[in-house]
Amino acid sequence: MKLALKLALRNLLGAGLRTWLNVIVLSFSFVVIIFMKGIMMGWDHQAKTDMTNWEIGGGQYWHENYDPLDPFTLANSHAPVPEELKQEIEKGDIEPFLVVSGTIYPQGRLQSIVIKGINPGQSVFLLPTHKLDTLTDAIPAIIGSQMARNMKASVGDHITIRWRDVKGTFDAGDIVITGIFTSNVPQAENGQIYISLEKLQGMMLMPGEATLMTLRDGKTGMPVIDGWALKSKEDLTASIDAMIKTKSGGQLVLYTILILLAMLAIFDTQVLSIFRRQREIGTYVALGYTRKQVVGLFTVEGTMYAVLAAILSAAYGLPFLTWMAKTGWTMPVETSEFGLAIAQTLYPVYSAGLVISTVLILTTVTAIVSYWPSRRIAKMNPTDALRGKLQ
Amino acid sequence: MEAPPIISIEKLVKKFPMGKTEFTALNGIELQFTRGEFAGLVGPSGSGKTTLLNIIGSLDVPTSGTAVVLGMSVGSLSPKEAARLRKENLGFIFQSYNLLTVHTVYENVEFPLLLLGYNSSERKRMIMDALEWVGLTDKVKSKPPQLSGGECQRVAIARAMVKKPSLVLADEPTANLDAANSHNILKTMETLNRELKTTFVFATHDEKVISYLKRKIFLLDGKVDRQEILPN
Repeated sequence: MKLALKLALRNLLGAGLRTWLNVIVLSFSFVVIIFMKGIMMGWDHQAKTDMTNWEIGGGQYWHENYDPLDPFTLANSHAPVPEELKQEIEKGDIEPFLVVSGTIYPQGRLQSIVIKGINPGQSVFLLPTHKLDTLTDAIPAIIGSQMARNMKASVGDHITIRWRDVKGTFDAGDIVITGIFTSNVPQAENGQIYISLEKLQGMMLMPGEATLMTLRDGKTGMPVIDGWALKSKEDLTASIDAMIKTKSGGQLVLYTILILLAMLAIFDTQVLSIFRRQREIGTYVALGYTRKQVVGLFTVEGTMYAVLAAILSAAYGLPFLTWMAKTGWTMPVETSEFGLAIAQTLYPVYSAGLVISTVLILTTVTAIVSYWPSRRIAKMNPTDALRGKLQ
Repeated sequence: MEAPPIISIEKLVKKFPMGKTEFTALNGIELQFTRGEFAGLVGPSGSGKTTLLNIIGSLDVPTSGTAVVLGMSVGSLSPKEAARLRKENLGFIFQSYNLLTVHTVYENVEFPLLLLGYNSSERKRMIMDALEWVGLTDKVKSKPPQLSGGECQRVAIARAMVKKPSLVLADEPTANLDAANSHNILKTMETLNRELKTTFVFATHDEKVISYLKRKIFLLDGKVDRQEILPN
């Protein structure tokens, strides 16, 4: 094996440009696959981090009637905060939310919204809720930048909102925008207005009640509470996982094309080598190699393209991938229109597992592609091979 | 007591399939070679000399009869055993040199020693000795495409001789060389035969080679037609 490696390296380096063309194509596949997978992992990481920081924290208790996809459930999705959690809420490890339906009238149009009541002193989310603690002539509110853009609203603007309290009475009032935040999480921004929890409880005549309660990230071992459904972080990010999985599946086509291109180059080289280097094959046999050993040599030679490609990829790919991880990949279109938890600039994340698995997969496929045409050598007649007679 | 033959061939027949019929390349060959011979299989194209050389070199097997080389019957060797016989005891010199073109002269001559597992310092000493025999010590870093035909064949001789094999088989070694280079090569091989007692068996129809042979075996239509042995 050691000898085969030595000879294969000599043969490859001696072949010059032909070797380097294959190596460059293969190294391109390495780098692109790792980069694209890194983008996916980066997106996954960013989406989950942003969702944790802006929307779901470390998991949530949902009122048993609450369904975020059905606004009609909001009227019945509230209950007093359970006694078991009050201590944690006081410590700030759990943040209660009251979620109700409302209406606003931007530019004279009617628009349904969700009004979320949140404690202004909370620290579970990155939401700038301290801006709700402002003394104004109207109800202080914060909104997401996407919502602000849609409503053409800015800080200081007064907006009339309408709501229906727990007894079914419609009421209305003015809010004043005291803060606008950007979160990359559409679910935390679209059609959402955040006001003080206490204020909303008062408006709704629901003192001490909440719709959902968010745990600080990392909090585990929470009790099961009657009337409340505990949703883990994994449950709440399942949609992101499913979307990343779907995207990764689509990317598989690109990887397959890239790998096929690289493998085609190696397969062609191997097939050509076996025709062009028949005399050399005969010489190896005459000098004491068995035909099986020659097959092994050619397979090692082909596989070494992947090894050289990995080295070349490291040479130019590492600086490139490191640079990309720092500067990120800016999406060519406005991502806020996507309705997905996706940042305008994605920062790829590479793991050792990603790099090692990509190198291993490509090396294995290269070895198979190299071995396939090399089997032909085992059927060659060495005396014909020595004369360079086509077989 | 007479030394045992290095090659012993008895009733050797080699047939090749030719469509639905068979072509008999060798027909009942009976020959023996002793250690240190400088012999040649001489004959026109198609007389069977290369086929016989290939069988002696364990690159091919007889259809019937036996060819015993260095005590091993070529026809009954496994591919592994045949490869071992070639690796340890045989040297080959070909008409078209068959050098590894992407390797340097040094690496070409080194190849048989790598197969035999010599260490680096031993290899270096043996390679330089072999290149000195053929007068190419100044070309160690050259690659075959940078050498003349005569130089290439000298590299091939160095490669065949570097492991000091018992037997060197040379198939038309001067066919691609001019007269001056041919004589140079043949003198080199003659010297190596004399000094190292290596047995040389040629397959040739080149008069220049024939003139150097101590024993000439004339083949015609796959049979030994006659032999000439020069007195020592």
